[in-house]
Amino acid sequence: MDAETFAMIGKGLIVIGAGLGIGKIGGSAMDAIARQPEATAKIQTAMIIAAALIEGIGFAALFA
Amino acid sequence: MMKAKLNIIATLLVLFSTTAFALEHPDDHSHDHGEGQTMDLKTEIKQTIKHHLKDAHYFELYHGLAMPLPVIIWDNGIHLFMSSSFDHGHALASSNGNYYNLDHGKIYKTDSEGHVLENQSIIDFSITKNVLVIILMCAFLLISFSKLARSYKKGPIPTGFGRILEPLVLFVRDDIAIPNIGEKHYKKYMSYLLTVFFFIWFLNLSGMMPLGINVTGSIVVTFSLALITYFITQFTANKNYWGHIFWMPGVPVPMKIILLPIELLGTIIKPFSLMIRLYANITAGHVVLMSLIGLIYAAQHWLANGAFFGLTLFLGVIELLVAFLQAYIFTMLTALYFGSAVEEHDDH
Repeated sequence: MDAETFAMIGKGLIVIGAGLGIGKIGGSAMDAIARQPEATAKIQTAMIIAAALIEGIGFAALFA
Repeated sequence: MMKAKLNIIATLLVLFSTTAFALEHPDDHSHDHGEGQTMDLKTEIKQTIKHHLKDAHYFELYHGLAMPLPVIIWDNGIHLFMSSSFDHGHALASSNGNYYNLDHGKIYKTDSEGHVLENQSIIDFSITKNVLVIILMCAFLLISFSKLARSYKKGPIPTGFGRILEPLVLFVRDDIAIPNIGEKHYKKYMSYLLTVFFFIWFLNLSGMMPLGINVTGSIVVTFSLALITYFITQFTANKNYWGHIFWMPGVPVPMKIILLPIELLGTIIKPFSLMIRLYANITAGHVVLMSLIGLIYAAQHWLANGAFFGLTLFLGVIELLVAFLQAYIFTMLTALYFGSAVEEHDDH
């Protein structure tokens, strides 16, 4: 296997990691909203920021 | 009056949708790039996508019908001519005794026979299709928002297109600026936040329309936006911000020394991630969408065609959501960085 293959495998791993991370954030946000529906707006904002940061890492890995 | 307007809009919509269909029809491109030899469908789809993502010196309305755009080159003086003199890369353009060649969207300086002159660099200020769309979008934003502003002189309720814009302006103020920057400082950043939000959102949406140009999916545009955010953050920061970068309060001295380079790097990484996020999201969206459109042509069975059509429609709607989400996230994170720059630390 050459370097490119390993790079592709690495990218795949990072995407899996980013997916798991965003999934965890989304799930936790769902739990939090179910517990405190009145705080939905605040939770959503925090959720989107955290998801965007992880997404940035994922894209950086894909495009690097 | 109203009916006539509607008729015009409907006609335009029909016209544009047919041209877009022809644009995205890969079969039409067979004689474009291949130079005589016919390509298989896969290569054609790939080249159509590549062609779509790249900036160009033409504004293609329809296959074979391209609007030439002005070329502006700085080469010891300004050279100005229309890109039609390149004849899509088949001819040399001459201007004031210099010769230029257009090769794969890039302009090279050549001699009169067409050989590229090495180490003769020129600066290309051309109005490419991205620049054209940006200029049009700026004009549109300027007109619609100054109209909205003027309508408040007559009464508290805006008229026309302003009725759509007013809740969005309030959304940026109440849900993005005030929670992240704070009641005290948010006003001086509102103009930039509103500009960046509507600029990105409308450009994303225009990229989803037929004839749409992939402007926010070009890294130069997102780089410029991130650079402006970076400069505003650094130049409006107060002493607390710099204190937290150079000499983090409340931690032991060895830790302060370790944190200093990390924090300095962080100031650059933040706008860098802004740039990459917008660029990658929009580019990825366009690639996926166009690949699915290509799959409709590549699929041989009518059932598969229908399935891919449904998938394209679904992803198109998702992309409309992403268009808003990316504008929101860019504005939100920009507001967050501004907020960290002006934060007061009276509590410790």
